[in-house]
Amino acid sequence: MDPVDVTAGETAASEIAVVASPAVRSRRRARRSLAGWVQGGGLSALLFALPMLVIFTAFSWYPIVRLVLLSFQETNLFDPPTWVGLENFRAVIEDPLFLTAVKNTAYFAALALVFGYPIPLVAAVLVSESTRFRGLYGALAYLPVVLPPVVGVLLWKYVFYEPSNIGLFNTALGWIGFGPYGWLQDPGTAMPALVVYSTWANAGTTVIIYLAALTSVDRTLYEAASVDGAGLWRKIWHITLPQIRGVMLVTLMLQIIGTAQVFLEPFLFTAGGPANSTLTVLLLIYQYAFGNSLGVGFGQAAALSLMLAVFLAVFSVAFIRLTRSWSTR
Amino acid sequence: MIGARFIRRRGGDDSTGGLISSTDWRRRDVKWVVAPAQVLLFGLLLVIGLGPVLWLAKGAVTPTIDTLTNPLALFPNGVAWSNLRKAWVDVDVGRYFWNTIVLAIGSWLCQIVVATTGAFVLSVLRPRWAPFVNALLLATLFVPVVVLIVPLYIMIVNPPLIDRSFAESYWAIWLPAGASAFNVILVKRFFDNLPRELFEAARIDGAGTVRLFVSIVLPLSKPILGVVSIFAILSEWRNFLWPFLVLSNSPDRQPLSVRLPAIQAQTDLGVLLAAMLIAALVPILAFLIFQRTFLRGSGLGGALKG
Repeated sequence: MDPVDVTAGETAASEIAVVASPAVRSRRRARRSLAGWVQGGGLSALLFALPMLVIFTAFSWYPIVRLVLLSFQETNLFDPPTWVGLENFRAVIEDPLFLTAVKNTAYFAALALVFGYPIPLVAAVLVSESTRFRGLYGALAYLPVVLPPVVGVLLWKYVFYEPSNIGLFNTALGWIGFGPYGWLQDPGTAMPALVVYSTWANAGTTVIIYLAALTSVDRTLYEAASVDGAGLWRKIWHITLPQIRGVMLVTLMLQIIGTAQVFLEPFLFTAGGPANSTLTVLLLIYQYAFGNSLGVGFGQAAALSLMLAVFLAVFSVAFIRLTRSWSTR
Repeated sequence: MIGARFIRRRGGDDSTGGLISSTDWRRRDVKWVVAPAQVLLFGLLLVIGLGPVLWLAKGAVTPTIDTLTNPLALFPNGVAWSNLRKAWVDVDVGRYFWNTIVLAIGSWLCQIVVATTGAFVLSVLRPRWAPFVNALLLATLFVPVVVLIVPLYIMIVNPPLIDRSFAESYWAIWLPAGASAFNVILVKRFFDNLPRELFEAARIDGAGTVRLFVSIVLPLSKPILGVVSIFAILSEWRNFLWPFLVLSNSPDRQPLSVRLPAIQAQTDLGVLLAAMLIAALVPILAFLIFQRTFLRGSGLGGALKG
């Protein structure tokens, strides 16, 4: 038996094989020939795996490798690419828009945390006690998530955020003597306006996750706390929140990862404007790659994409590491 | 307090109901803070969650001029059903609706084929290289799809080995849709929980691999295939950036979500709202029918990604 091609699983198996019957041993030997491999189901397994292997190679694994290569190359769609070393990265970092995009994305993420993180939690804790209406609450909160994002964005852009006094928000504010405001046209309010939309469109998912987590809180703890005379607020603080803190950390991480990739809102609402105040990292990637003549900025777009991907991967790993002791006790 | 009654009904006089015991309800601060907060929250959710959808439905059949003069009035001058007909016929929403269906079905088919056969190999057949492929699949979960748009775009426009471009064709959307590691892992986990004795029994009865897959595994996995199907179709319905990129030069082949921003420039607000309502109808109906799947599925996604 060739020790080189022995995998970990095989090692365990070979220890058993010492005491196994001769039939088992002969079957193991048969697998080493091609006919034996086919007979043992190797070929049919490979054929069954073919759609997965082809699709993932073409549209996932190879593009990931290609992304790394592209970020060190200058390319257009047709000529063979040339190596430029770190030139793409240098061009991105020296681009004044890069800093703007990073700042804007961080601003979006921070605002989304302020608006979007506590609201679903409070909503879920409040409604979780009502078994009869929990489903209805959840469905209502989830409805905006169901709308196709383009429909949601256009509805908000041309109706709710409409800058003249016929906009829905401006009409409502007009009754009490305010406005009209150009929500998306003012660099100061454009980003908060996007965040408000985004929170509306996405908070439902988090509410559902919290509602599910809250059902798993051990009810006897509440009982014990009540017996000990703990009031409602102490129960929330000392039982509810600690019991769901693992889920809270996961939603926090998912939200940060999601907001770091925000694209559709700035693309459709404002196209990055006014005055680049809503230009996000992903929008900048899009502009590099497809904004001017096609293909010229592929290298820069790939470099920025890679930077974003590495940042998110490092962030996820660091986040999970740093919070592990806190989330599992 | 209405909110208080909701909760008491469940717990009765039993003080062990949950977070808020009946002793708590007797306390003033709880009574006057929590119960009104619940009622307020319910009202807010109605306005925030249902309000915009109902407004869209209203706006879609309101004459544009009425929507413009007072967006909050309810049919001051009657209903304009003609908005829907104009949207469907005049701005070709009917065609784009059909395009969306074709795209969604193709993507669904590709995802189902890849996910079921792939999960079958990784969970049931388990060749020696399965753990390796499994690790590669898990690794792709760490790479957000959007960062791959540039290499994917090059892959579609100028694929290696094949001497043709997939740009402007539906294959450019159908095939990449299949590369969802999330689907494969979801289905694999379901297969992992199927009783293995069943596979052994089928083998002993002489069933081949194909027979095992088609007659045993697939019929048993209807629940998970339903979940994957709903999410596959609806995620294609929501998709914007990718079809926008690869079908950019063939407006006649684009799906609704890509066409809506262009329709906005072509027509008046009433017809646009009608087109948006048509685009939203399928997901909303799907949600109403498959509510449980949705509400459980989104929690599922969170748990797996975490």
